[in-house]
Amino acid sequence: MTVRVGPWSVRLAPRSLLVCAALVAIGCGVAVAAIATGEFTVSVPDVLDALFGQGTPVAELIVSKLRAPRVVTGLLVGAAFGAGGAIFQSLTKNPLGSPDFIGFSAGASTGGIVAVIAGGSAMTIAGGALAGCVVTAVLVYALAFRRGVQGYRLVLVGIGANTLLLAVNNYLLTRADINDAATAGAWLTGSLSGRGWEHAIPVAVALAVLLPVCALVARPMRMIEMGDDAAKAMGVKVEAVRAVAVTAGVLLTGVATAAAGPVVFVALAAPQIARRLTRSPGVTMGASALMGAVLLTASDLVAQRLLAPTQLPVGVVTAAVGGTYLALLLRKDRH
Amino acid sequence: MDAPRLSGTDLTLAYDQRVVATDLSVAIPDESFTVIIGPNACGKSTLLRALARMLRPRKGAVHLDGSVITSLPSKEVARRLGLLPQSSIVPDGISVADLVARGRYPHQRLMRQWSRADEAAVTEAMRATDVAELADRIVDELSGGQRQRVWLAMALAQETPILLLDEPTTFLDISHQIEVLDLCADLHEAGRTMVAVLHDLNQACRYATHLIVMRAGEVVAEGVPAEIVTSELVRRVFDLRCEIIQDPQTGTPMIVPEARRRVTAPALG
Repeated sequence: MTVRVGPWSVRLAPRSLLVCAALVAIGCGVAVAAIATGEFTVSVPDVLDALFGQGTPVAELIVSKLRAPRVVTGLLVGAAFGAGGAIFQSLTKNPLGSPDFIGFSAGASTGGIVAVIAGGSAMTIAGGALAGCVVTAVLVYALAFRRGVQGYRLVLVGIGANTLLLAVNNYLLTRADINDAATAGAWLTGSLSGRGWEHAIPVAVALAVLLPVCALVARPMRMIEMGDDAAKAMGVKVEAVRAVAVTAGVLLTGVATAAAGPVVFVALAAPQIARRLTRSPGVTMGASALMGAVLLTASDLVAQRLLAPTQLPVGVVTAAVGGTYLALLLRKDRH
Repeated sequence: MDAPRLSGTDLTLAYDQRVVATDLSVAIPDESFTVIIGPNACGKSTLLRALARMLRPRKGAVHLDGSVITSLPSKEVARRLGLLPQSSIVPDGISVADLVARGRYPHQRLMRQWSRADEAAVTEAMRATDVAELADRIVDELSGGQRQRVWLAMALAQETPILLLDEPTTFLDISHQIEVLDLCADLHEAGRTMVAVLHDLNQACRYATHLIVMRAGEVVAEGVPAEIVTSELVRRVFDLRCEIIQDPQTGTPMIVPEARRRVTAPALG
C-alpha cells in the first residue's frame, strides 16, 4: 500500500498497521485494567477522571501516585526492551543475539549489584546498571570487531561475556552482606513494584530520543540483513548504520534495565512475536516496541494478581507468558 | 578513446595481512561484457570487490566516471554501479516483488519511499528476468535458478549502467547457468556494461566481449577471447594441457583438455 502526497510517498503494510493498532488497543486495555483493579478497586470512569486530575482524592492517590507510575514504567520499559531486542536480533541475524544473551543485561546486573553493595540509592543502582550495560557493550563490540562486526562473532563473544559476567554476579552475591544480597536478588529478577514517576521519566526521555533514531535506521538495517556486500552495493553505509543502531540498542537496554532490573525474555520474545504477527520480512521496530510494552504490562498484571496477595516479580511471568506464546507461534510456523 | 567509466590503477589489494595483488591495473571497456577468469585464489573476486568498492585498496585507486570511487557518496555510486554478490541472505518470508523492490533503495529517501519510477523499474526488472509471474511467491520456496533470476532482477531494478556479478552461475545446474548467462548477454545487448567473474573458461569465451585472464594476482592477458585464448595461455594460467577448437555453435574458442595418457602396464597374455 502506497500513500503519495505530491513528490512524497510512503509505503505502508496494511497488516503491520493493523497489528500495531491492535497492540495499542490491548496496551490501553491492560493499562486501565492494571490501574483499576487490585486490593482497592477503582471504577473505570473514576480512573479516567483521576488521570485527567478530576477524581476524588483517594482515587487520585491510588491512581496517580501508586498504580499509574508502575503501569507507565512497565509500558515504557517494555517498549525499550522490545526495540532494543529488535535492533540486536536484526544486526546479528539471530534471535540469540538478544541483549539478554550477549551479556548486556548481565553487564547491567553487575553494575547494579556493585551499586547495591556500595550501599547506593535507587538512583545509584540505576546508574550502575546503565554504566554496566554500556561498558559491557563497548567491550563486546570491541572484541568482536574484525573488519567490521559480523553477527555470529558478536553472538559468540557476547555469549562468552554473558557467562563470565553471570559468574562474576554470583561471586558478588555470595560475598555480599545478606541484606545487600537480598536487595540485589530482588532487583535481579526484574520487578516493577514500587516504581514511581522518577523511574518512568528517564525511560520516557530515552524513548523520545531513541525511537526516532530506530525508525531512521530500520530501512538500512533491513538491507544489511541481506548481507554486508548486498547492502553496500545498494549504497548503505553499513558500519555507520551499525554503529548508530548498536548505540541506540545499548542505551535502550541499559535505560530499561536501570528502571526495572534485567527482566528476561521481553527483548527476545517481543521482536519474534511481532515479526510473526506482522509477517513482515525484516526488522519491525514499531511493532516490536509495542509488543514489548504489551508483553511487560500484561505480565506485570498477571504477576500482581495471579497469587494475590503474594506478588511475583514480573521477570518470572515474562519468561512464562512470552515463552509459552512464542512456542505456540513457532509450532504454528511448521505447518 | 576516452577513459573508460570504470578502471583500477596500481591497486594493492589485501585482506588484513594477506596481500592478494600488487600493482594491478585494469580498465573495463564501456558497454562491454567483460569476464574475469583465472584459477582459484588468483584474486579475481577480490578485484571485482575492489571495483565495486566493497574492498578499499591498500594502494592505488578505483575510478568511476573520472572520480575516485571511495570519494563519491555511496548512494550516488549505487545509482551508477550495481553488484550481485556471491552470496546474499534471503530475508525470511520475503516475496519476490518485495525483494526486487529493495533494489530501488539507492533511488529512495525517507520521504520518497515508492515513486512511480520505482514501480516502473521493478516491473521492468521482473519482466526482463522473467520472474513477473512469481511476484507473490516467497523467495525461500523457489528453485536455485529462479532465485538467482530474482537476485538479478533486484540488481536490475537498481537501474545502473554498470553491473558487476560475482560468480553468478556457481551452485546452478548447467541449464540454469546458460539461462543466467543468456540473460546477462541480453542485458549487455540492451546497452549495459557487464562485468562477471566466471569459473568456466568455455562459457567465458562464449559470452565475453572482453576477457581478463588472471593468475596469482596479476593480469596475464586481456582482450577479445578469440584473439587471446591459446593452448599456451591455458597451460600457463591453469597448468592444463589442452587443445583449442572452435565452438561449433558460436565459433568462439573452446578448450578441450588433453586426455590423460594412462601409464599402465600392458596386460600379459
